[in-house]
Amino acid sequence: MCGIVGLFLKTEKHRPELGRLTAMMLHEMRERGMDSAGFAVYDQGEPGVDRMTLLAEGFDPDWSATATALSTALDAEVAVRPLEDHAVFEIHGDGRAARQWIIDNAPGVDVLSYGRQIELFKAVGDPDLVASRYDLASRTGTHAIAHTRMATESAVTTNGSHPFVTGADTCLVHNGSLSNHNQLRLQLEREGESFQTENDSEVAAGYLSWRLREGDTIDDALTRALVDLDGFYTFAIGIESGFAVLRDPIACKPAVVAETDHWVAMSSEYRAIAQLPGVEDAELFEPVPATIYSWSLAA
Amino acid sequence: MSTTTIDLASSTIRQLNQTLHDASAGTFQVLNPKGAHAAAVGIDADITVEIMGSVGYYCAGMHQQGTVRIDGNASAGLAENIMSGRVHLAGSATMSAGATGHGGLVIIEGDAGARCGISMKGVDIVVGGNVGHMSAFMAQAGNLVVLGDAAEDLGDSLYEAKLFVRGSVASLGSDCVVRGSVASLGSDCVEKEMRPEHVATLTELLAAAGMDADPADFTRYGSARKLYNFHIDDIDAEVAAAGADT
Repeated sequence: MCGIVGLFLKTEKHRPELGRLTAMMLHEMRERGMDSAGFAVYDQGEPGVDRMTLLAEGFDPDWSATATALSTALDAEVAVRPLEDHAVFEIHGDGRAARQWIIDNAPGVDVLSYGRQIELFKAVGDPDLVASRYDLASRTGTHAIAHTRMATESAVTTNGSHPFVTGADTCLVHNGSLSNHNQLRLQLEREGESFQTENDSEVAAGYLSWRLREGDTIDDALTRALVDLDGFYTFAIGIESGFAVLRDPIACKPAVVAETDHWVAMSSEYRAIAQLPGVEDAELFEPVPATIYSWSLAA
Repeated sequence: MSTTTIDLASSTIRQLNQTLHDASAGTFQVLNPKGAHAAAVGIDADITVEIMGSVGYYCAGMHQQGTVRIDGNASAGLAENIMSGRVHLAGSATMSAGATGHGGLVIIEGDAGARCGISMKGVDIVVGGNVGHMSAFMAQAGNLVVLGDAAEDLGDSLYEAKLFVRGSVASLGSDCVVRGSVASLGSDCVEKEMRPEHVATLTELLAAAGMDADPADFTRYGSARKLYNFHIDDIDAEVAAAGADT
């Protein structure tokens, strides 16, 4: 199983309550995956500030010491907001260099997300507890994607939880199972991707990272994914300006989309959408198999 | 006849279904379904259930008697394994509507998603809009009537169910025969002649479903019966279907 939700706020109206609405949707998808949960939230960010969400699983790091060392190494201001075993680093400087510094100098720390707008939290356990532990409900912003996991292909761990980062300000959640992920993992490792788990969805994320790194647009990368990924999937992909949805050609895994003047919502099941304000006027449809859908803020 | 109102904002699905199973007559109005699963399943009395809103999985599953009317949309498995009686959806359904149904009538005013009527065994399904890919896959008996278009691989590996499509068919599945506009037919599904008895059946079904359409505008599809027994020459079922005798 697994449950997916995505919420994209087209207007200012509900942006102060992005987190509350996303938490409400996630709660409805709780029964589809009680193993773990995660969410990525996007706001408009601050000019000149790059962000990373870091995870230190199983130990208690000295985040402020890490931030000080990073600040010295980069000669840039670094602010840190710890939250449970996660921390958001705000870098007034080169975010890519900061990410590489963490990978090289902070053993045991995982970079869950990086970019201008994204923050990403995930953990093992009841999705409602994960949402409250990382205070999803108080979040504001433009869009969010979230996931509840019922593990089938690999172990229940934080790193095996969704969303998976695929690049700057992009991440992926997956409902389904890929059948060629072992072969694809080997190919992607040769292309320079590294993997932390045996998880099939991480391979899909690595695939998109590789394509985006090679210069594909999200649409190009997903079009190619239709050929290269074998198995069942409904994906929601968070991007800087919105989100995209793709289902495999057989479309065994469910998806429903609703759109109003103020928002676009996507979920595995309608009941997650049924809670949203103004849903009675929403235009509802089921995404067609093997077709890329995306919604984004007008440029 | 009395009307009983059950509000799912304050009652559980179990309470709703128990109330419906305990009833022998009357009309039941269900409020605030909000996509809940398994609403009004296993009804076995001549009652009328009106669900005011959209439902989740398996609504009116295993339906035996009476009428369930849904004023909204339905998630997967609407009226799955319906035995008899009537299920009427005002909106659209996602995948596997009417799957494995043995009898009765399922009316969908909007569209039905993928695999509508998969493995149907005698149910009649009337869809006002389009049906998704692989509808009537391995359908054994009953009638599927589609006023709109059919997506790819209609009637793949079809047994003796009859398929009537007014619009287009994307492609026919194996063992299913086409005319009109179907995206494609699955293996062994072929277009077949509309004989007077088929026109009569279709006229009856359209009337029962309250759908306004001219039976003369429909095309019938059925099994080419090439996959009933294994023939090495039929290993490519597409080839077999292409040369099928209608």
